[in-house]
Amino acid sequence: MTSLLIILLSAILVNNFILVKFLGICPFLGVSKQVETAVGMGAAVTFVMALASAVTYVIQYAILEPFGLGYLQTIAFILVIAALVQFVEMVIQKVSPTLYDALGVYLPLITTNCAVLGVAILNIDAGYNFIETIFNGIGAALGFTLAIVLFAGIRERLETAPIAKPLQGFPIALITACLMSIAFLGFQGLL
Amino acid sequence: MNFMKNLWNGIIPENPVFRLVLGMCPVLAVTTAAVNGLGMGLSTTAVLIGSNVVISLLRNFIPSKVRIPAFVVIIASFVTIVGMLLKAYAPALDKELGLFIPLIVVNCIILGRAEAFASKNKIMDALADGIGMGLGFTLALTILGMVRELFGTGNIFGYSILGASFEPALIMILPPGAFLTLGLLMGLLNKVSQAK
Repeated sequence: MTSLLIILLSAILVNNFILVKFLGICPFLGVSKQVETAVGMGAAVTFVMALASAVTYVIQYAILEPFGLGYLQTIAFILVIAALVQFVEMVIQKVSPTLYDALGVYLPLITTNCAVLGVAILNIDAGYNFIETIFNGIGAALGFTLAIVLFAGIRERLETAPIAKPLQGFPIALITACLMSIAFLGFQGLL
Repeated sequence: MNFMKNLWNGIIPENPVFRLVLGMCPVLAVTTAAVNGLGMGLSTTAVLIGSNVVISLLRNFIPSKVRIPAFVVIIASFVTIVGMLLKAYAPALDKELGLFIPLIVVNCIILGRAEAFASKNKIMDALADGIGMGLGFTLALTILGMVRELFGTGNIFGYSILGASFEPALIMILPPGAFLTLGLLMGLLNKVSQAK
């Protein structure tokens, strides 16, 4: 139990996917202008990452390894993730149209979110078992959500701040991310 | 003529990193040293050229409804090839870049060029675009890597520049340094282009 908790905390804070590992930077910069949309993106990513972690684990150990197809890992995983995202989109649309309206735009974007493929490969590289894989997936996704929501909160304020002209837009966003990253370095000694 | 124009376009006017702000994950993650940036840039260039050419060749055969999965499979094949080549011929670099080699698949710059350019243009144009965008990406990564390596260790490409008395600013090769360097470089570029 403690080891699961450590995996979860480590994925959320110490090895934060965005600020320490640089995975999922595109949505982090692209979909972080408002807190509301950031929360939507975070929720969608969490859902897909937990599922993707579980499914890719099964693919790796039930199909790729027994048949010696390890070199197909990248192709197999990205196809699984793309199919999964499509599937999740269809299911949500049927089951909960409200949720679909809230997440709708973000779902297709998740296929090219490198955090999803990243967590799938990292799970295999780390040699986690099935339960640990799912915890790591959820933890990484929660860390992603935490960072993107905090960042969106700061960016909302930046909109009205007086910023030197050359630094407006992406540059100041990156410098903000730098300061957040320094803050997250503080968690390094936690575990 | 057109070939050179398409090629040049990717290097400066539409530089993928500084202008289009695409493919940010490897840009920030692997630029702890100039040589890593260069290696990552060239790997991405190889994939970009390959996928651009193949997608351009197949552009009339791929039904538009399934084009994204088709593009992804083509890109993933090239990434796998590049990954195997790196493992065989440059194991040290492969180790440094690690996870980010398979992640070239989801680098938005590659899918972005496939969708926006290669699937609509003839093969020579797509080739030029692939080379230009790839070199632009490599250039950006190498510059970023050089700046971070210079302030983080005092070296460039492993050669001492600032001398032994220089106190390395460790923060530059830690994650915050990546965000800071890219942010300031972009700001500087904006300043220069606005002054013109």
